[in-house]
Amino acid sequence: MLSRLASPRTGGLLALAIVIALLPLALANKYFYDIAVLVGLNAIVCVGLNLLIGYAGQISLGHAGFFGLGAYGSAILASRYGWPPLAAMLTTTLAVAALAYLVGRPILRLKGHYLAMATLGMGIIVYMVITTEDRFTGGPDGIAVVPFSIGGFVLQGERIWYWVVGVLLLAAVWLALNLIESPTGRALRALHSSEVGAEVVGINAAEHKLLVFVISAVFASVAGSLAAHYSGFVTPGKVAFLHSIELVTMVVFGGMASIFGAVVGAAALTTLPQLLTVFEDYEMMVFGAVMMGTMIFLPRGVVPSMARLFQTRRNASSDDRAGSA
Amino acid sequence: MSLLSVEGLGKKFGGVSAVDDLSFDIRPGAVYSIIGPNGAGKTTLLNLLTGVYQPSSGRIVFDGHDMTGRAPYEYARQGIARTFQNLQVFFNMSALENVMVGRYLQERSGLARALLRAPGLVRAEQACRNEAAELMRFVGLQDYLSAASDAMPYGALKRLEIARALATRPKMMLLDEPAAGLNPTEALELDDLIGRLTGRGITVVLVEHNMRLVMGVSDHILVLDYGRKLAEGSAQAVRNDPKVIAAYLGGEVSPDSTYGETVAGAVAQAVEMHR
Repeated sequence: MLSRLASPRTGGLLALAIVIALLPLALANKYFYDIAVLVGLNAIVCVGLNLLIGYAGQISLGHAGFFGLGAYGSAILASRYGWPPLAAMLTTTLAVAALAYLVGRPILRLKGHYLAMATLGMGIIVYMVITTEDRFTGGPDGIAVVPFSIGGFVLQGERIWYWVVGVLLLAAVWLALNLIESPTGRALRALHSSEVGAEVVGINAAEHKLLVFVISAVFASVAGSLAAHYSGFVTPGKVAFLHSIELVTMVVFGGMASIFGAVVGAAALTTLPQLLTVFEDYEMMVFGAVMMGTMIFLPRGVVPSMARLFQTRRNASSDDRAGSA
Repeated sequence: MSLLSVEGLGKKFGGVSAVDDLSFDIRPGAVYSIIGPNGAGKTTLLNLLTGVYQPSSGRIVFDGHDMTGRAPYEYARQGIARTFQNLQVFFNMSALENVMVGRYLQERSGLARALLRAPGLVRAEQACRNEAAELMRFVGLQDYLSAASDAMPYGALKRLEIARALATRPKMMLLDEPAAGLNPTEALELDDLIGRLTGRGITVVLVEHNMRLVMGVSDHILVLDYGRKLAEGSAQAVRNDPKVIAAYLGGEVSPDSTYGETVAGAVAQAVEMHR
């Protein structure tokens, strides 16, 4: 029983649920709730992106593109054409999945730096299209988005959104944990380590890379749709290259191939700039220093490095006991 | 009826023929060894026979299926498994998980089932775990059931690759220098392991420099030199083959050249062993 609680799936999910349930006690006002919702939305993107980067070992520097397409798709369908938000979101998600499939097929044959360049290019194209097609997107000015509503119930206010995003984040983490512990997830981790080794046991590496690319795009797109409805406004800033980099940084900071690492990374890098405002002009410098320090002292990212540290401590103390017995 | 049939197989890298107009057949249930000096094209041949390389010419027919031009995973699906001379262990996973990956073809399921962790999948995962553990015991890795793969010694990793290959339930297994880097005791244990593989009905293709092992376990030996067939036959026939002997006697083998580095050296070593 105890060992089950300590396992990442049951124990981790439970811990995350408790944090989400108790966090409101520490959230003094709407501003804090707002930050928490942003953390949740970023965490959903990062959990998906970590499947691609951390587990399958494929880089993407264009995921803000998928986030942005989700946001703009929902915004345009729901606000300009008056679709019910849920239908708009589902349609957008399917369209983004199809696009990720079509784009992923050719570019996922590339490896390493070349794949980084190709995904970067993809993100930039999405950004260009969104800023220039101002008939639909409002161009650089952005576009207002109607609140999310299901039936007659309108989702409005930071507190309600907090619970919605919290539950969706739990669902995202649960799905990701399930995937990783399945034969498909093992195939993804295998091709990360040795593509030829995976192929010769019957794994179609190209098909699996494409699959995880589409899944991660879907996570980003859903989070984008939600973000658009939540903030009531979308601007091209969220589609920009810099946002793609932020997302990758969150994944690496929290820990690659660690689903909870993605959540921690999203939480840390979303809240850190808010905390660092006390440094005023030196904010970005301190931010950079924190990033460099983390990578130097916790090179595997926060969560895996910490886990390893505790593991060694525990082993060392059990060795002591064995030695004295 | 042969299990694997190779006709006029060739592979060129740039202008160089690594494998040239090679034809041979492998009968089911046999231990078929491929020997030859370094650079003779043995590993290239294994890569061709598993789809890792695509041939420049010729045909590969396995179990009645024309496999020419197919991808490695398609070879695996037809029942060809292999190990690697330079290990291709998944070092980001535990030893047991490495073998579980080998069961991919039996275990793979729909994406929805995986994402939602359907009850059937949970049971299948447990069965997969048990089966993988059993295969690890079969190859003699019972001490590493809970080991991380990156904490295992070289000899154990070689066995781990054999267990992973076994997990695919192959009809034929290609072993690329399984004895290389092993100590003499570990190498001796390989004879027994190869015997138990054939006992499971698996046809074994062995690429190896260790002539004691090759001469001891092989039903049939193919000698390669410069990508071409130099000789072929039983261990006895190959040892007495005039062409092999000519290569052996005519070759420029200096006394201090390493045994096993050339066909001549290899045969000399074999002849010595069997005196």
